[in-house]
Amino acid sequence: MTSSTLQPAISVLPSKKTPIILSVIAVIVFLCFGLLGNSESAHFQLNSAGDAFTLPELVFPGKASNIVIGVLLLGIAAYSWMLRAKGQLMATWIVAIAAILFVLSFLIWVVSGADISTISLASLLAGAVVLAVPLVFGSLSGVLCERAGVVNIAIEGQLLGGAFTAALVSSLTKNAFLGLIAAGIAGALVSLVLALFSIKYVVNQIIVGVVLNVLVSGITGFLFTTVMQQDPELYNSPVHLPVIDIPLLSAIPVIGPILFKQSVIGYLMYLAVFIVWFGLFKTKWGLRVRAVGEHPKAADTLGIKVNRTRFFNVTLGGIVAGIGGSFFTLVAIDSFTKEISGGRGFIALAAVIFGRWNPIGAFLAALLFGFADNLQVILTIIGTPVPSQFMAMMPYLVTIFAVAGLVGRSRGPAAAGEPYVKE
Amino acid sequence: MSETKAPVVPDSEKPGNDLLKQITQGPGLISVLGVIVALIIGGLLIAITDEKVAQTAGYFFARPTDFLTELWRAATESYVALFNGAIYNSAQGFKPFLETLTVSTPLICAGLGVAVAFRAGLFNIGAQGQIIIGSVLAAYVGFAWHLPLGLHLLLVIVFGLIGGAIWGGLVGLLKAKTGAHEVILTIMFNYVAVYFIDYLMNTEAFRRPGGTNPISPILDSSAVFPAIPGSRLHLGFVMAVLLVILVSWMFKRSTVGFEFRAVGHNPDAAQTAGINVARSTIIAMALAGALAGAAGVAQVAGTEKVLTSGIAGSLGFDAITVALLGRSTPWGTFFAGLLFGAFQAGAVNMQITTGTPIDIVSVVQSLIVLFIAAPPLVKAIFGMNRKKKRTPQLETTQAGAK
Repeated sequence: MTSSTLQPAISVLPSKKTPIILSVIAVIVFLCFGLLGNSESAHFQLNSAGDAFTLPELVFPGKASNIVIGVLLLGIAAYSWMLRAKGQLMATWIVAIAAILFVLSFLIWVVSGADISTISLASLLAGAVVLAVPLVFGSLSGVLCERAGVVNIAIEGQLLGGAFTAALVSSLTKNAFLGLIAAGIAGALVSLVLALFSIKYVVNQIIVGVVLNVLVSGITGFLFTTVMQQDPELYNSPVHLPVIDIPLLSAIPVIGPILFKQSVIGYLMYLAVFIVWFGLFKTKWGLRVRAVGEHPKAADTLGIKVNRTRFFNVTLGGIVAGIGGSFFTLVAIDSFTKEISGGRGFIALAAVIFGRWNPIGAFLAALLFGFADNLQVILTIIGTPVPSQFMAMMPYLVTIFAVAGLVGRSRGPAAAGEPYVKE
Repeated sequence: MSETKAPVVPDSEKPGNDLLKQITQGPGLISVLGVIVALIIGGLLIAITDEKVAQTAGYFFARPTDFLTELWRAATESYVALFNGAIYNSAQGFKPFLETLTVSTPLICAGLGVAVAFRAGLFNIGAQGQIIIGSVLAAYVGFAWHLPLGLHLLLVIVFGLIGGAIWGGLVGLLKAKTGAHEVILTIMFNYVAVYFIDYLMNTEAFRRPGGTNPISPILDSSAVFPAIPGSRLHLGFVMAVLLVILVSWMFKRSTVGFEFRAVGHNPDAAQTAGINVARSTIIAMALAGALAGAAGVAQVAGTEKVLTSGIAGSLGFDAITVALLGRSTPWGTFFAGLLFGAFQAGAVNMQITTGTPIDIVSVVQSLIVLFIAAPPLVKAIFGMNRKKKRTPQLETTQAGAK
């Protein structure tokens, strides 16, 4: 807006987006959460049952702490304007700190204004990880497919298929691990249909994905009514996966329950994120996959089998998402119900984009969305003035901002969505 | 800003190019065969979960005829019940057909919305959100304002269209200005709308006075479409037909329609020819949203007469299948809407008489779309693969690949 008063060098200056967003956030925190905030205190408990030692409760006086955080954020915003004037970019870690400060001040504001001004930070975080598990698996599936150039809108269907099959097989065999394996197979089957239609028959990948979600929802809903509901004892009482408690480590407050008191799927999640990241970015295979996703023609010229790579990756993605779906019925919920995945496949898709098609980014984005999801539940319980629906909207709004390029720029693999036909 | 690339499908993909050919070409025979295969698979699914079929399968080798008879009975029984509930039965005559028309009305409107966007090379998955916002505005005008007959209904319709147009137009604006991909945007906008209506239904303004359920007051009698006595069929169906004619006219005769088609076929060429692609994108999405908003109007001012948070149901995704089956032509969408409307109206009767869950309709619908999108597969099933299964579209993309 002020470009006319500046030097012609304006074109080489970094984008104004980051400083503007930081300033807006700082002003909101300082004015709304700080000066106009509640003077009550917010209490955060750090301990949960079974901890080795007790940590003191964190108490933040609502108004005062938010004014302090607001001043800090204003400082960061001013610093970013200064850097921009010099033509420098701000380090990512400072932006990350600003984001964390913003979340903290939001928490303080919201909790201090609630009917019950105490929440357990330990269970907030532990619950966030639990809610994030299927999202992480789903987003890994998305990353695997899109890196190879296939857009996977069918994550929702893969999760749902996995959840259904896991419940059915675990109930019939009374063996949760067989359920887990079956879920992977179910996810792979959904993927095979996606691969068959989008790669072999060159049908638009988005059409196949959208239709597959409806198909899986229809089939599982149909079988739920005709099979499971006829004899729930036999068909829909899955044996659950045990929670594996690593002695001593799980007793560490806050991080113990998150890292060392998980179901098999929870541990698998950490492993899967690492393997997918390592595979995609540190191995020959990963280089080939990314080549196929960015420039299939060039990859083909070098002798990489483009469509075979895509078939393999889409199938692998299906297995991963299927396993993630089994989390619903083998860990989180007692039995299968219709639409048990409840749109989480689409949040996973959002996590892929927000995480910039990187397994670790997607993992962090999924954690953030899980956090927002769990926060919404907890805020409803403690009775805050913010309607829970607006909290629930957060992941979607954040994604809209992300794809619109307002928060950084996310650019996917160049050839994603494009069918590849040889000859 | 404008240099930001589309995140999922890059511009170079020219989605409209592939998409249009995929959904507008292909002989009618393939469509019919696709529907038949989908119905057969659905029938098999019904049959294998049938108890009697399972019993007779137990002694299949002793008396195979029992098994086959039961198999045929289970599959056909459900489809006959579906037909009875959708078109004609001896007790009610053709009255069920009126219900089919009622159910088709929003499907046709929302399907048109998806089809218009397809034609302009845009993938509108956001019908659900557009229906929701359209019906919120329409319903609010309908129950909160008290206006004279005629004017009231007109305003309900206008506000419904505006609501949908805003929700769709926002996506078009974001796509045109930032290059964000409309598939991701529309999916996210759907969820924002879902939570938004959920919030509204818990506020004083939208909840019935004195009630605790999330349901709005009934719309004024001056705000709803007149209905045929003894059925739920209302004048909204006429609105749907008029919209079909209007959209058909737009594509054939108007400049806007021409621009949509040009941009849909090849945005780069359209740009070179002097068409403002960004403007065309925004208008196309706003128009698509308005048509989906009309579906919302048909729901609140016709079929339901109240606003609930589930007002859009699965309409948004059904609309995509309707547009795909209708190959994105206005009249194709109309007949596809009638077909899927018949499925859904009949499914209610089917569930009551034979106990077959309604979900079978989603299975059959999605199978139909899958088969129609992949003609080579249908040809392979029916042994029609005389020549190489290669469509012209592939030849153009592979030119110069080697």
